Amino acid sequence: MSRSIDVIHGGEWAAAAAQWARVLRSLRRQKSAVLGIVLLALAVVVALFAPYLAPMDPGSQALGRNLLPPLTVADGRMFLMGTDHLGRDILSRLIFSGRVSLTVGFFSVLFSAAIGLAIGLVSGYYGGRVDFCLMRLVDLVLSFPFILLALATIAILGPSILLIIAVISLRIWVVFARVVRGVSLSIREREFVQAALALGAGDLRVIARHILPNVLSPCIIIGSLYLGRMIIIESGLSFLGLGVPPPTPSWGGMLSEGRNYIYTSWWVVTFPGLSIMLTVLGSNLVGDWLRNILDPRLRD
Amino acid sequence: MASYTFWRLVQGLVILKLVLVCVFLLLHLTGDPAAVLAPVDATEQDITRIRRELGLDTPLHVQYARFFAGAIRGNFGRSFEHEQPAFWIVMEHLPATLELTAAAFFFSVAVGIPLGCLAAYKENSLFDRVGIGWAVVAQAVPDFWLALMMIMVFSVFLGALPAFGRGGLAHLVMPAFAASTFQAARLARLMRSEMLEVLRREYILTARSKGLSEKMVLFRHALKNSSIPIVTVLGLDLGILLGGTVIIETVFAWPGVGRLTVQAIYHRDFPVVQTAVFVLAAGFVFINLAVDILYRALDPRIEYR
Repeated sequence: MSRSIDVIHGGEWAAAAAQWARVLRSLRRQKSAVLGIVLLALAVVVALFAPYLAPMDPGSQALGRNLLPPLTVADGRMFLMGTDHLGRDILSRLIFSGRVSLTVGFFSVLFSAAIGLAIGLVSGYYGGRVDFCLMRLVDLVLSFPFILLALATIAILGPSILLIIAVISLRIWVVFARVVRGVSLSIREREFVQAALALGAGDLRVIARHILPNVLSPCIIIGSLYLGRMIIIESGLSFLGLGVPPPTPSWGGMLSEGRNYIYTSWWVVTFPGLSIMLTVLGSNLVGDWLRNILDPRLRD
Repeated sequence: MASYTFWRLVQGLVILKLVLVCVFLLLHLTGDPAAVLAPVDATEQDITRIRRELGLDTPLHVQYARFFAGAIRGNFGRSFEHEQPAFWIVMEHLPATLELTAAAFFFSVAVGIPLGCLAAYKENSLFDRVGIGWAVVAQAVPDFWLALMMIMVFSVFLGALPAFGRGGLAHLVMPAFAASTFQAARLARLMRSEMLEVLRREYILTARSKGLSEKMVLFRHALKNSSIPIVTVLGLDLGILLGGTVIIETVFAWPGVGRLTVQAIYHRDFPVVQTAVFVLAAGFVFINLAVDILYRALDPRIEYR
């Protein structure tokens, strides 16, 4: 709303400049946000350019150099983070693993948000019996022990990246739906919506023009706050052997393989976990920051 | 209140019925439950035999009616692996999961609530910064990795705690801690923001100007009022913990329902999987029911639907 006033006074350029100034100010106040942006950007860049950044082929095995500790020089090169039980370079595997986690995280957020938006908007806008039924559906989804159900489904249908995204989205949409419903319920009663309805605007137009813009920022916030959680879920599934199948390196898979060598080689489980943690920390911090600038009252 | 409780109970039962339908449909995901239930090396003949024996050649609604009739009596079929009723096996493993859940819940409350309260009370102090900083980082740590790191430090390097199994308190500490860290951190942050809001209210100012001791203000006025939204969160957390200790149980070889189910999934022992999913879902529904009723008892302003 404040933007439309700016537009009247100073044109769109000034409005955009004012917005950016606000963003920069908030970054200066909240140093942790800068850290979050850096961490997340780093994770994304590393995943995107993995083939150029990885010092070695992540699948290249050599039993002669298995379980080398970090900083060991072997075969004429340095293994910065050591090697795993098959002699594969851990650093290279970490770099490639980010691709799986970020892909699953990103698309799960996208799909959950899409489902949650659709159901939340319908539920909040129409209310009544539709709302009651949809909210019972939400209760139903919430009452399942998620990880067990996800594991069983993946075990029955066979693991694939698409199925993992689907299984995660079929759970997390609930979070979006609840918030979107709440916001739409309150916006629906506001005067400008009632006025639009009185002027003969159709439901679809009211939803698209008046309600949707108001639920977008909560969705962006939840999306960034849940990106990290989805990465943790994905690595948990991989850890249990029901994530992305083995030749593709993933952080959870590395942890599950490294688990057996925990008594002798600390590095095989330490670095993959740190990678997950830093990526998740990055997206959580960005989420907190977005919440602070967009909608401080919104709760997790 | 009585009619609310009644309706909430009916709602819970409807949800459980729907859970049963989903659990039933789980085996039909691929369209051929006999193939799902058959051992990996089963021949075409074996599959046909299984289909006939389990009545999988009858229409779907007939199968569901039979499944439902069994399920409400606690009969979910026999475990293929253990040659015992699946329901028994799950029940046998339930105490271990309840123990872990209770301990983790206790940890998260014992850490989260005081930390959040004190951080809010001493806003922007060193304690606040360090505490909330910890909470932010702790929320980013995958619990199963934390578990592995704890095993490495406390079992491998220090030899202080057992790395796996269930036994005395020493066995419980690490699994409970690992399972509770995320929840404790989230609770601390939530409690802090809730408390900050309450401390700004006028009745706190009134209480202080009346000359009440800080202890009275904090416990009688601030804590009590900020506890209402926290109760719902706690209830949800308890439910999430109940079904969410799966990976932790696996890491620590904790003999609970979660680990049982993961192994049943690996061995394609689906009656056990179905039972476990249903039992944990029932636990979740029950906890939510209790919390909703408690919630309304705590705050009489909430309307009854």
